[in-house]
Amino acid sequence: MSTTTSRGVSHPAPAKAASARPRRGLRGGATFNFWLFTGPFLIGLLVFVYVPIGWSLWLSFFEARFTVTPDKFVGFDNYRQMLENSNFTGSLVTFTVFAAFIVPLTWALSLGLALLVNRLRFMRAFFRSVFFLPTACSYVAASLIWKMSIFSGVRFGLMNTVLGWFGVENIAWLANPDPPWYWLVIVSARLWLQAGFYMILFLAALQNIPPELYEAAAIDGAGPGWQTFRHITLPQLRATSTAVILLLLVAAYQAFDEFFNLLSKTTWGRPPLVELYYTALGQAQDYGAGSAGAVILTLLICMVTLLQGKFMGFGRGEEAE
Amino acid sequence: MSALSSNWDRRSVLRAAAGLAALGPLAACGSNNGRSGGGSSGKELVQYFHAYGEAGTEQAIKKYAKAYDKAQVTTQWITGSDFESKLFASLLTKNAPDLFEFHPQIQLVKSGQVADLSDIIDPVKDDFNPADIASHTVDGKIYGVRMIDDPQFFFYRPSLLEKAGVKVPTTLDELVEAAAKLTTGKVKGLFIGNDLHAVINPLIWSAGADTLDANNQIAYHTEGVKEGLKKMRGLFTSGHLLLDAPADYWDPSAINQGLCAIQFCGMWAMPQMQQALGDDIGVFAFPKVTDSGKPSVYNGGWSMFVNAKGKNVDLAKEYVKWLWIDQKKYQEDWSLSYGFHIPPRSSLAASATKLKSDLPAEGVKLFGEYGHFDNIGWTQSMITALEDVFANCVRKDGDPEAALDKADQTVNRELKKLFG
Repeated sequence: MSTTTSRGVSHPAPAKAASARPRRGLRGGATFNFWLFTGPFLIGLLVFVYVPIGWSLWLSFFEARFTVTPDKFVGFDNYRQMLENSNFTGSLVTFTVFAAFIVPLTWALSLGLALLVNRLRFMRAFFRSVFFLPTACSYVAASLIWKMSIFSGVRFGLMNTVLGWFGVENIAWLANPDPPWYWLVIVSARLWLQAGFYMILFLAALQNIPPELYEAAAIDGAGPGWQTFRHITLPQLRATSTAVILLLLVAAYQAFDEFFNLLSKTTWGRPPLVELYYTALGQAQDYGAGSAGAVILTLLICMVTLLQGKFMGFGRGEEAE
Repeated sequence: MSALSSNWDRRSVLRAAAGLAALGPLAACGSNNGRSGGGSSGKELVQYFHAYGEAGTEQAIKKYAKAYDKAQVTTQWITGSDFESKLFASLLTKNAPDLFEFHPQIQLVKSGQVADLSDIIDPVKDDFNPADIASHTVDGKIYGVRMIDDPQFFFYRPSLLEKAGVKVPTTLDELVEAAAKLTTGKVKGLFIGNDLHAVINPLIWSAGADTLDANNQIAYHTEGVKEGLKKMRGLFTSGHLLLDAPADYWDPSAINQGLCAIQFCGMWAMPQMQQALGDDIGVFAFPKVTDSGKPSVYNGGWSMFVNAKGKNVDLAKEYVKWLWIDQKKYQEDWSLSYGFHIPPRSSLAASATKLKSDLPAEGVKLFGEYGHFDNIGWTQSMITALEDVFANCVRKDGDPEAALDKADQTVNRELKKLFG
């Protein structure tokens, strides 16, 4: 609140100063204008991104429990602790499993929805909005609904009621990790939340495919349906698919809300961010170990990104293709 | 820099500054920092409370605060299940509360986060339950004022037990068996919380072990505890436990709504249960796990602490003294008018007529006979370590020995940091 008001005031002032001396005009102020426009963002970036990263790096070499201004240097002790901690290394596996589920599933579902909605002749806007709406729902709210009403373990939980009609015993969806039903809860929640958004991306791409291509294909004897889809639609969607997969991977990396809210006090089903939250910010308040974990995670992400760039050619520019 | 000086004359800078200054108060009004500005006496305190489940509790705490005339006390009522995380995180910031409720944990003392309250407690020390004084004392200094003692035990429906031909369990094996017999199509035999962690300490004590011994060494890693863990695993997989209930063990909904026949809960929920179930409610302690063990009850509770790094340490101490030492009426109201809690002050406990008969009296008896109080040396990361043991070998099919070994590592590292 206070930041927005103060910013609103400080900016008109220099504008006024500039208008008082019209002759200096834009030319003399080019550098100033550059800093005027980029400055606030650069300052924000510096204060909220780079300083914390540096601070975290510094913290990772200290014994920082219940403080962020530690004085006891411990070298690589925190790193050793984190790498020996099977919960942390396990969280990397959890993330990989999660990404392996959620990325192809969301990709397929959103593409399927887009194809369906794209073919509609009537009520197009309605269906588009209906599938897009869940995107506006918060992950926390959705998790609570999933946890307390749909996948509640008691007999009047929605899923258990439905299963009850077929004589199936009540299932503890989240408390019992064996069989791991919690993946069903997590994956279905995330699918519901994000499929609509990617559907819109695919829809836009679908509408960009020139109809002549389909006509040409039809003339060449491609049957409607699978053949056309396989040889025209899918290749034409390649750029969008790549973008969607990248976005999905990033989103999976950032997964936190639903894991945090659905699975409390477990040693399983924790992606790295949740694990680090519990180490550094949760009850343990070990900022040193947490920061060490964050640095390890950052290094891993950098490596994966570089490899991905190498294989998928992302960022190489279009003319390279 | 040169571009800046060419376009900015002194006057425009001043004008901007004046504009900013003029908006300052406005911004202060808008910022929601929990401190409502402009108290009558000018001094302000902020206190943190976790959200108690009973109706009227929040209003009560605010009412007490309002009655204090030397400072304006603002209450932050922290909802959600991780009060600890929010408290610990905020204690590191400038917006930390001046005083807060929590459990005695030595890392707060060692890291200098809680103030020594000996001078306000010493005069009335003899009126406190000695165990409550001991659990808040480090090197002869007392760091917190106990507000309420909350024993935790099992609540059961005598009518359902009778119908199933089950006696009140006296061993863990009998409890497992009772859960099986009491489970019907609609009702599960037993509810001990969604993650089962509420019974970790009782299980350890009932197996004849302890969290730490008198020299602050690990005391939970015994054959008895391992046996208990195996039995708990059997119970967990039996299908006779209520799991994933919408409300956790600390809320009486499960037993009140007839979802289970026996529920682990706390003394605080007694009035709600009596209201819902009338006379059809009984209590028993966590039964012994091994032959050499003894039934046990965890005497939890909440205490007030003063943030030693806050801006108003003395004022906060004065407020704690005023409310939690001098104002016996409010203390009594807090202990008995909402949920049931046992007052840690002997004089108040003696006059608490509501706790003198029937079910509450039985609860007080369990508290006295089988109660174990907090050990200040048993800290949050150790608690979490044992929760991981439960997660790994009760809810998952892990090996108890391996899980305990892993916990030993964490606990020993913690002990070394705390006690050297």
